[in-house]
Order: sequence, then structure tokens, then C-alpha cells
Amino acid sequence: MIRVVLPAHLRNLASVESEVKLHIEGQVTQRSVLDALETRYPMLRGTIRDHVTKQRRAFVRFFACEQDLSHEPPDTPLPEAVATGAEPFVVVGAMAGG
Amino acid sequence: MPAQIGTKIGKGTPMSGVRVLVGTRKGAFILTSDGKRERWDISGPHFGGWEIYHLTGSPADPSRLYASQTSGWFGQLVQRSNDGGATWEPVGNQFQYDGVPGTHQWYDGTPHPWEFARVWHLEPSLTDPDTVYAGVEDAALFRSVNGGQTWQELPGLRTHRSGPSWQPGAGGMCLHTIVLDPHNPERIFVAISAAGVFRTDDGGKSWQPANRGLRSEGIPDPDAEVGHCVHRIAMHRSRPEVLFMQKHWDVMRSDDAGESWYEISGDLPTDFGFPIAVHAHEPDTVYVVPIKSDSEHYPPEGKLRVYRSRTGGNEWEPLTKGLPQSHCYVNVLRDAMAVDSLDSCGVYFGTTGGQVYASADAGDNWAPIARDLPPVLSVEVQMLP
Repeated sequence: MIRVVLPAHLRNLASVESEVKLHIEGQVTQRSVLDALETRYPMLRGTIRDHVTKQRRAFVRFFACEQDLSHEPPDTPLPEAVATGAEPFVVVGAMAGG
Repeated sequence: MPAQIGTKIGKGTPMSGVRVLVGTRKGAFILTSDGKRERWDISGPHFGGWEIYHLTGSPADPSRLYASQTSGWFGQLVQRSNDGGATWEPVGNQFQYDGVPGTHQWYDGTPHPWEFARVWHLEPSLTDPDTVYAGVEDAALFRSVNGGQTWQELPGLRTHRSGPSWQPGAGGMCLHTIVLDPHNPERIFVAISAAGVFRTDDGGKSWQPANRGLRSEGIPDPDAEVGHCVHRIAMHRSRPEVLFMQKHWDVMRSDDAGESWYEISGDLPTDFGFPIAVHAHEPDTVYVVPIKSDSEHYPPEGKLRVYRSRTGGNEWEPLTKGLPQSHCYVNVLRDAMAVDSLDSCGVYFGTTGGQVYASADAGDNWAPIARDLPPVLSVEVQMLP
């Protein structure tokens, strides 16, 4: 079971209160996690990555296991601790004014 | 008149209430009152923390609302309510240009690819609650016919032969005004900063610039066919061939559906500004909010004054009762003024200082109905039967 932590605005949008738990068949990557997340919560489409290009939005970051994985290719396997559910995959709104 | 929503309810019809829809930099607020418009209840923030560029309702069904919800972090969302704003649901947020979008000019004159940034303005159909138009940045017009679930571009506008020469204004290259002709469903006017006004007479398939008579000193050819920074246009439903315009500088009027324009700034203290609105029952009564200059976006002399013309332009009177007349340095943005259609026409506007002012007597007297909201981006009014 994959654990995903969303920023507050996206938790509100998806009407979830805490971590999201996802079941993923096959390899656990950024792409497969986000695909599963958007399938479960279609209202998140377009808010984390582009609808068509699937590129990460500029002010969104992906953290896990105290690492910034934002610039990793989307099909790179995520750390084992994320794949086993020991650690969450964290979607972050980058710190900026506003 | 796009800022007036209560189209099905004519003068003299008894009203149970008025609903003012306010979009701000940090959420949406809904203000309600009875027909006296003295006491107001405020709900919100809805979508707290998000920019609500526009919040509006369907003229055909006052319970149907649409909101453009945007964020620099998480992009564009469109929210829909079927119960007057009590509950909301996110609907379609994919705004994909038709085909290969090509380029327009960037600020430095170089070609720049068309890129979707946000929805500036939503204009519901006058007759069908499920049909709604969206004006977006980079400038294009989209339409949904299923209540916002999916959006299709009307590409004839963006692909007009002048498109590659369009340039953004300071706020971005936005399509910010959509005016539907109540007598002719095939005719739509839009305004783009900084390309100008365009009109379609075939339901959006083909478009023509409608800027003859505009003169803008800030562009190489002051009377060019396109390139004018039009801030807002307004129409009275009874007279759709007459349009009023607040341009970057100059208040303008057209008597021939945008074929030609002439200046009606007259005795205004300054003719720079953003919103323009028309009285619900008097087609020649027009409201503007003069702003000092394009580099000083606040009222002249620190006095917040709405100016009213009862003569269709040129002769203007300041409306000051209840508005701050010293040390006031707020702005009123293009989508932040609206009128209701009660017997005594109500006029409403919101400021970048977070105040929403209302007048229940066509502008003679004003009072704040909200004082400390985030900067106001849009104000609309609905009449509740």
C-alpha cells in the first residue's frame, strides 16, 4: 500500500483529511503513483501535473525519505520504503510568497 | 451587460433578495440581502487561499453558479454550484487550445507560444444554465455545453490573421470580457488586453476586430486595427447595438455594434480606469471609476469617486456620498462592478483594499457591505425570485 501526503489545498479539493492510501500494481514510480492518485481523485487532474504532457507543475515538488525526487524521471522506481508503505510519497506546494 | 445577471426578472417584479458574488485574491464570498439591501449576510471564504478570478451565476437559473479558481501552485480549477453557492463541485479544468497553437508576441516583441495560464472570466449563456463561455489567458475563448464538465475552444478567434501580432498587457494577455447579444444569439463581443475588441456574428466561428475609432498613444500606430488595451465593455440589454468601453485611457462609445467608436470622456477628471457599467433601467446612464493614471492605480486626490453620466457620456457627475474622500488609494478592477435590476437600481463595486460598496439608489448614496476582504477581483449580482 502506497501512502501519499497531499498539501492542504489539494486535501481540501479531494475531500481527504489525512494520508491517501493507494494500491499499485507493478513498479512504484512517480508516474504510477500519480496515475493511481488521479484515477481515485479525478479532481486532482491538472493540479499536480499537466493534463496532456504530464509534466510536474513548476511550484509542485515530490519528496520521500528526506530526498527531493522532483527532478527524477517519472518512470524511475521510487525508494523501497515508499513501495512498501514504510514512508510516504509527499506532494508539496513549493514555499513561496502568497 | 455582462455584470448583470437577473435577466429574466424585469423592472417592477417583486424580489425576495439579492445575492452579490465576490471573487478575491484569497477566496470567494457570497453576500445576501433582501430587496431593501440594508443588511447583508456574508458567507465565505469559499475555496480559501485560492484566487477567484470570477464568480458568476446563470441568468437562466440563479441557483447555478460558476467560479474560476486558480493558483500559482496548482493551476486552474472550475467550480460549479447547483444550490446558489451552498455546495460546490469541481468540474472540468482542461483548457486545451485547438490544434497547434502557434505564437503571439511577447513583451519584447519576440514570438511566444500560446500557453494557458488561467480563466479570467466566465459568461453563462442567457438561456441555458449548462452553456458557459470562458475567457482565458493566453487569450482565447472556450465554451462548455455540459455545465463545465468539458471545454472546447472556439479557435476562430485565436487564429484570426492578427493573432501572431497580439501582445500581452501588463496583467497578461487575457480575454477578460465576454458580452452576449440578448437579441442575437449568434453575436458575441469579446475584449482582449492588449489586442482590443472582436465580434462574431456566426456564433463564434469567425471574428472581426471592432476597434475603429480607438486611438492609443502607447502603440506604434495609434489607430491600428488591433493592439488596443481595452479594459472593459458593457451593454444594456435593451439596446445591444450600443456599447460602452473603458479603455486603458479613454471612455468610448459605439452606436453601431462596435463598427466604430467615439470618445465620451468629456469632463471626467481622468479617463483611465478599469470597470464600466450601465444602469439596469436607463440605457444612457453609465458608471466608471476614474483612476489617476496607468502608473498610479489609485483614485485622483485620494478620493474614491464613482462617476455617473445620465447622458450616455461626456457629461459626468461625481458620486461621493458614503465613499472615502481622503487618503484612499485603492483600485477597482475591471470585473469588480455590477448592477442589480430592482426598481431603484443597485450599484456595487469591490476594491483592491477588500471593501465592497453598494448603493441602493443608483449611486446617490453608498455604504460598505464588506470592509476587510482580500483584494477584490470580481463582483457580480444576482436577483433572487
